[in-house]
Amino acid sequence: MPPALAVAALVKTYRGGLQALKGVDLRVDAGDFFALLGPNGAGKSTLIGIIASLVTKTSGQVRVFGHDLDQDPEAVKSCIGLVPQEFNFNLFLPAGEVVVNQAGYYGIPRREARVRAQRYLRQLDLWERRDTEMRRLSGGMKRRLMIARALVHEPRLLILDEPTAGVDIEIRRSMWAFLKDLNAQGTTIILTTHYLEEAESLCRNIAIINDGEIAERTSIAALLGRLHTETFVLNLKGRVTELPELGGFVLNHVDDCTLEVEMNREHTINGLFDALSRNGIEVLSLRNKQNRLERMFLDMVDQNHADAGGAP
Amino acid sequence: MTRGAGTWRRYRVTFATIFGKEFRRFTRIWVQTVLPSVITTTLYFLIFGELIGGRIGPMDGLPYLDFIVPGLVLMAVITNAYSNVVSSFYSSKFSRYVEELLVSPAPNWVILAGYVAGGVARGLTVGATVMLVAMLFTRIEIHSPAVTLLVLCMTAVLFSLGGFINAIYANSFDDISIVPTFVLTPLTYLGGVFYSIDLLPGFWQAVSLANPVLYMVNGFRYGLHGVTDIPLGWAFAIILAFIVGLTWFSLSLLRRGVGIKS
Repeated sequence: MPPALAVAALVKTYRGGLQALKGVDLRVDAGDFFALLGPNGAGKSTLIGIIASLVTKTSGQVRVFGHDLDQDPEAVKSCIGLVPQEFNFNLFLPAGEVVVNQAGYYGIPRREARVRAQRYLRQLDLWERRDTEMRRLSGGMKRRLMIARALVHEPRLLILDEPTAGVDIEIRRSMWAFLKDLNAQGTTIILTTHYLEEAESLCRNIAIINDGEIAERTSIAALLGRLHTETFVLNLKGRVTELPELGGFVLNHVDDCTLEVEMNREHTINGLFDALSRNGIEVLSLRNKQNRLERMFLDMVDQNHADAGGAP
Repeated sequence: MTRGAGTWRRYRVTFATIFGKEFRRFTRIWVQTVLPSVITTTLYFLIFGELIGGRIGPMDGLPYLDFIVPGLVLMAVITNAYSNVVSSFYSSKFSRYVEELLVSPAPNWVILAGYVAGGVARGLTVGATVMLVAMLFTRIEIHSPAVTLLVLCMTAVLFSLGGFINAIYANSFDDISIVPTFVLTPLTYLGGVFYSIDLLPGFWQAVSLANPVLYMVNGFRYGLHGVTDIPLGWAFAIILAFIVGLTWFSLSLLRRGVGIKS
């Protein structure tokens, strides 16, 4: 099976001279759940824009499930569903009509479009709001509606650009569950996000784009395996007002009943508890602080800046 | 590359979706889209036809009220066809929901056809309503229904294309009102709506012949009354040439993504 996405030597230079992409090569296999990460202005949205035909490329090649964007743009577009970062719908239309119209743009007859719209609006808990004008929906509802709209033509590749930005935790979790289920059913998903926890929880593979180039392309597991430190959050039984000296462990005071411990890979949890016990500190519970990928990401971006001789 | 029946069926659905969306848009807000032209032209009929027209006397052998009916109907068609496309397509750019179409496999010519059909529908709806109003003031016997309908449709197509191009280039809501105010209205008023160009001195007659609206008004006047300042063949040829030119230009703009892609 051809890859879901194969990008080769992709360059985008905007009018005015800004080079947003400097020869990007990227491959995403069919069925993958793929994260595309990068700081603001790194070129993520430009890359997605080119794949989705919203931005004109300067040079290079884009193939989606074997279809070439230049040779057969209609086939490429039929394979892709896009959930953009910014809201982009007619605010005066009812939610249901937005989804039905989108199906129509893909050539799906109106009767079938209504059936599909109902299916996806129900799955995303929006069916009761089908007659509500878009401008009256909450931010979270609008985000979910953009997912329903992107799925109504049943694309093989779903691209989500910051899909959970500004969405509360409960809705974010339900969106994650929905996307995981969709991926399990065979839809390839590419996700850009600023919530690195999101990439860690959902995705199998990852590319980090920085300054218009792919800085890293690997699996999430391999990336996390390279981490040298890990941070744990400890809930304490008593109060600790002064931090004790624990050899090899870096302690941070969150509040009198909560500490953060940063530990190297050479150290063990047993060693940590021994050291805490020696200082009379009892631990009620412990959890891993979900910042591992963030740490890795920041280290990588800093390293790139240092290599380029610039300030971080 | 040949296209199968499935592809054409898909194009037909896409076209129907865009047209349906446009049709529902202008009918839903009919107070803003249909009513103003009807009120304005009713006032024209009342003032220029009933009150002043009687003192002006016949024009091209027609009572003055009958003479201005074709021009006023056509003016309503031109304004509404243009306004519908320019405001709808620019709004889709402004609120970025044009992206719904750009990411879809809809070919550029289907997108253009859908928007133009929406403009034609509004132009003809308002034109027909104005014609009904005109019938309250005078008796209209259509000389050639085929010519009448053809000129109406072609004019609506032409100005829908004009509205589309304006929307592509527009960067603000001001930009979509500049052309109607400073180009469309003068062209229409000087296009023989209220007078026969025979009344103009030779130089200004020649200048008037450069105004495409003149050919449409006269073509339509022939359809209604059998009277025209311009040979009918010329009128059709000029309108058709503009339609072909503007269609080619619109598709070229869409292909290059001018104003809609970065």
